[in-house]
Amino acid sequence: MASLPMEHGLILAAILFSLGLAGVLVRRNIIFMLLSVEIMLNAAGLAFIVAGYAQGQPDGQVMFIFILTMAAAKVSVALALVLQFYRGFKTLDVDAADRMRG
Amino acid sequence: MLRREDAMNSVFYISAAVAILSTVMVITRLNAVHALLYMIVSLLSVALIFFVLGAPFAAALEVIIYAGAIMVLFVFVIMMLNLGERARTQEALWLKPGTWMGPSLLALVLALELVYILAGTGVTPVTPAEITPKQVGIALFGPYLLGVELASLLLLAGLVAAYHLGRRAGQSDSGTGDKS
Repeated sequence: MASLPMEHGLILAAILFSLGLAGVLVRRNIIFMLLSVEIMLNAAGLAFIVAGYAQGQPDGQVMFIFILTMAAAKVSVALALVLQFYRGFKTLDVDAADRMRG
Repeated sequence: MLRREDAMNSVFYISAAVAILSTVMVITRLNAVHALLYMIVSLLSVALIFFVLGAPFAAALEVIIYAGAIMVLFVFVIMMLNLGERARTQEALWLKPGTWMGPSLLALVLALELVYILAGTGVTPVTPAEITPKQVGIALFGPYLLGVELASLLLLAGLVAAYHLGRRAGQSDSGTGDKS
């Protein structure tokens, strides 16, 4: 067990979240964008764990489990959509999907 | 001779550095599989941080579900798409400094602001205590029971949606003459 100030953990979560945000903004490949969203969700989970650590309560871990569930559901749907997208457009460029009805 | 707590604190800072570096590598790689492998490194170091912060159950879940299940799902999809060298050259064309400079600068400003706010609030004293899986389970199936039910509904919705989307793709591929 470490005895860290809570702020250091939250700063790490903030940096990871900003990296994920930069990834979503910079990349055009839809798989990289999904991966960056995963980074952001993971950073949010880290913030919850750090808060639970600071309070000494299990609630932070409970919220982390909910975030994990949400991430799993999101990834399964999003990757099925990516497969559809690639079959329809023959590319992973998100700009290809800028019109409705393909 | 290091005290055990100090050693654990260094474990936190080292794995934090590993997490940040490997996350930077994830968002800059051209090859999707390389990015995924760096992502697994990042997730494992975050799992180590969870363990150091007295959350062994969350650390185990991070390894099993994030690094295990979700990343394997990504690997399978990349294998199914079979992108190859063409995708890498396309990525190299997209990742020019003019493209990534602006968004990265904005994200950097946001990150600096967040760090400034968090660093300015002073240091909160923490009483370290390990939270066992038993405590987490009691909280999960006590006050948070409704959340568990909602999560199960969400997973069911995800299952149905993934099945539906995957099935339609399979039908259009098999060429049965269905031109809907």
